[in-house]
Amino acid sequence: MVLVAAYGAIVEANLLDTVTRDFWMPAAALGLVFLGMHLVIRWLAPFADPALLPAVALLNGVGVGFLRRLDLAKAAPADRETLAIFAGTGGRQLAWTLAAVILAAGLLVVMRDHRAVSRYAYTLGLAGIVLVMIPAVLPGRFSEINGAKLWIRVGGFSIQPGEFAKLALLVFFAYYLVRKREVLSLASRRILGIDFPRGRDLGPVLGVWLISLLVLVFEKDLGTSLLYFGMFVVTLYIATERVSWLLIGLVLFFGGAYLAYVLGGTVGGPFANFYTRAEIWLDPFAEPYDRGYQLVQGLLGLGSGGLFGSGPGAGEPLEIPEVQNDFIFAGIGEEIGLFGLTALLVVYLLIVERGLRAGLAVRDSFGKLVAGGLAFTLGLQVFVIVGGISKLIPLTGQTTPFLSAGGSSLMANWLLIAVLLRISDAARRPVNQGGGPAARPGGGPPEQLHGAPTEVIRP
Amino acid sequence: MNAPLRRVGVVVMVLFGLLFANLNWIQAYKADEYRNSDYNGRVQVAEYERRRGNIEAGGTAVATSKETGGKLKFQRSYPGGSKYAHVLGYKPVNLGDTGIERLENDFLAGTSDALLGNRIKDMFTGDETSGGNVLLSISKRAQDTAFEQLRNNRSGVKKGAAIAIDPRTGAVQALVSMPGFDPNPLADHDTNVASAAYNKYEQDPDGPLKNRALSETLPPGSTFKIVVAAAALENGVGKDTEIPAGASWTPPTSGTPIKNAAASICPEAQVTLMDAVTESCNTGFAQLGVRLGADTVKEKARQFGFEQDDLTVGQLGEGGLPVAASRTGDMQNPDGGTDPAALAQSSIGQNNVRMTPLQGALIAGSVANKGRQMRPYLVKQLLGPDRTTSYYNAQPRELRQPVSGQVADDLRDMMVSVVKNGTGSSADIDGYTVGGKTGTAQSAPDRPDHGWFIGFALDKNGNAVSAVCVELEQAGSGGSAEAARIGGKIMQAAIADAGGR
Repeated sequence: MVLVAAYGAIVEANLLDTVTRDFWMPAAALGLVFLGMHLVIRWLAPFADPALLPAVALLNGVGVGFLRRLDLAKAAPADRETLAIFAGTGGRQLAWTLAAVILAAGLLVVMRDHRAVSRYAYTLGLAGIVLVMIPAVLPGRFSEINGAKLWIRVGGFSIQPGEFAKLALLVFFAYYLVRKREVLSLASRRILGIDFPRGRDLGPVLGVWLISLLVLVFEKDLGTSLLYFGMFVVTLYIATERVSWLLIGLVLFFGGAYLAYVLGGTVGGPFANFYTRAEIWLDPFAEPYDRGYQLVQGLLGLGSGGLFGSGPGAGEPLEIPEVQNDFIFAGIGEEIGLFGLTALLVVYLLIVERGLRAGLAVRDSFGKLVAGGLAFTLGLQVFVIVGGISKLIPLTGQTTPFLSAGGSSLMANWLLIAVLLRISDAARRPVNQGGGPAARPGGGPPEQLHGAPTEVIRP
Repeated sequence: MNAPLRRVGVVVMVLFGLLFANLNWIQAYKADEYRNSDYNGRVQVAEYERRRGNIEAGGTAVATSKETGGKLKFQRSYPGGSKYAHVLGYKPVNLGDTGIERLENDFLAGTSDALLGNRIKDMFTGDETSGGNVLLSISKRAQDTAFEQLRNNRSGVKKGAAIAIDPRTGAVQALVSMPGFDPNPLADHDTNVASAAYNKYEQDPDGPLKNRALSETLPPGSTFKIVVAAAALENGVGKDTEIPAGASWTPPTSGTPIKNAAASICPEAQVTLMDAVTESCNTGFAQLGVRLGADTVKEKARQFGFEQDDLTVGQLGEGGLPVAASRTGDMQNPDGGTDPAALAQSSIGQNNVRMTPLQGALIAGSVANKGRQMRPYLVKQLLGPDRTTSYYNAQPRELRQPVSGQVADDLRDMMVSVVKNGTGSSADIDGYTVGGKTGTAQSAPDRPDHGWFIGFALDKNGNAVSAVCVELEQAGSGGSAEAARIGGKIMQAAIADAGGR
């Protein structure tokens, strides 16, 4: 938080020419929130991975600080010094952080054992699909922002149900796959040296792939469909330990994407949006002031930042449209440079690998799948959006976890972290301590669960 | 299930590795290209981050920058409106810059190599000092006069130009082109306002953006007789030598007779060269030109500066505002033989002869300056942001010597006679000796004639203090007299302005 406070101070120094007396307040507010969360974790999940919370807190703090910096730049110079800490996007983000952390703490309270969630797997799966579908069936004026139908908008308030659906669907995947594990991994036919699963076992994969394509078509959102699909294929792979699933998934995905590109170029219609994005990706400078404007400005922002960045508050991130949202990484990149961005990426990587580690260490298959799936999904999301803005892959509208403005994304990702915390708590809990259902009675020296055999739960 | 989990971990590592590699590509390898991209608005913001220096004429700022409080911190403003427009040009946000604003852009913006020391100092002190200041050679008073007199000319002419130079140094004292344009809306930060203003000026059939004093050529009419007279003086004709004249003369190959502007002008068969110049005798100069031959006339014109394609007016050492080449044009038959008819017409500044107002001022200036033509310039001095350090001081340079001192003296006497006894009397200035030559040039059969005046002023000691050329486009009869009157006023103002030098 000292880092976040220093960031705030530099921003003010650069934008206002002076540091106001209140520069530390957003950082202090965040500090209090995260301290509260830390105490909750100490109480509810004492063995949880200690690296997760600080890492997430750093990202969240940088996000709030940068959004506040955007507010300061947007405000009239006369109002800058008096900008209240809960004013503007940055202030709202601060409030959302508070709400999200409380929600995550609430989840830790309710969910004392992650395996309990598996009881509601089908409900969650259904809820997930419904959440994904809602914006697609809602009329455009309730669900469409900037051409993408991802939202539920009521009055001035909007949420992105897809963000939450991610969690619900993953729990369902994990549960389904744990049940079908043997049959998926054993019953297969060998064609051309690759093990292919039987058609009826393939059904759910195709089903989810179709759902993600439907999402793509109706909600014009490639990013989300890619995310769900990747999430599903990876959980399937972890569950079955069969590379063939990855191959099938990749072939289906690239086939689908290429088909959508070709269809978009010829038929148009619902695929036109994807075709446009692919065209922009191939050559953003073809129409630098028109369709390619955002990507071009994002690249120019990153390039202008260079190695060291222009310094917090000294860049011109407002040149980039939607910098508070999809392009926040480009905006931050202009000001903290390659070195700063690398640090942020490493923090993300740390969270993802710690999540995977929790999956490795936890004993039950369901926990492994949930932790592995969630951690991978988080990493994939970062890859999709950061790859998108840096022209590595076609741009898809995704939020940057913990950085982008927006309550839905923030809350969903904090819930994700809460689940990871819970699972890592279970994974690192000594066998002879704690009163959870996972604990075995025993009197010997504390036995870590790392080496314990995998336990398969059966409903 | 741990093995695939570990592999997933590796996959995530690879994905992040790709991101990292790609960011390296963008932020390190391509950084410069992106940073300086035309599409990068940050370049502009940075450019407007520092206060642009002033451009000054005679101690008065004619281009300044004021703070806006907007994203682009400073807005360029031109207090003189259209008065200095053709000299200064303009520095727009969205269009190409022109004039001195373009020539001295690096220095004004503070990015020039000369100001490197200042920038380094600023880095340590944290000051955001402004760019350097450009001091013009323009005399405020002469420019004011030229602008007012041209705009309110008594012939009611809408298009024209005036330029005055100091014959001893080449310093431009006044430079006005009419119609003018207001550079202020062009420098507006609202790009729509700027574009609209530019389109309006650009589509105006009168061409307000044209710098007529430097880049437009017109037939010079009788002012060209000074060149022919110079050639004659160098080829055995004295100022009192009698040359053939007459009320009308028909060149050998042509059926069209050349006449004088009025029946009262040189009707006698022979007049002295002096009188021919004073009265502006067409028949005399037509015959003189034919006798000298096309090559001699063309060569003399070239020595005065005709046909020079690369002359610029700005700093003396380097580039500046481009000056269109004045041309004597073709005086021959298509088969290459001599065409006396064309040569006769050319000798009185018609046919294909074309001249810029600057060239006219240079001719008058070199006559006044004992035959030495100085290279014209607009930038007198470059002052650092602190206004004490000087980075450039104009060191006048001779451009060429078209005539010897003796020939120059003779020409001088003849031109003084034009103002004293002839067609240029309205250019006279109390207390100074003024010389000049008027010109009335046919533009097209159905259009009014252009009125010209080239002239100079000498102080009591015989030193040349100002040379001028005024051109009134399609001014009709009496246009050259009006041009002479304006020329006199401009020179008078230039002489009176002590701060102008």
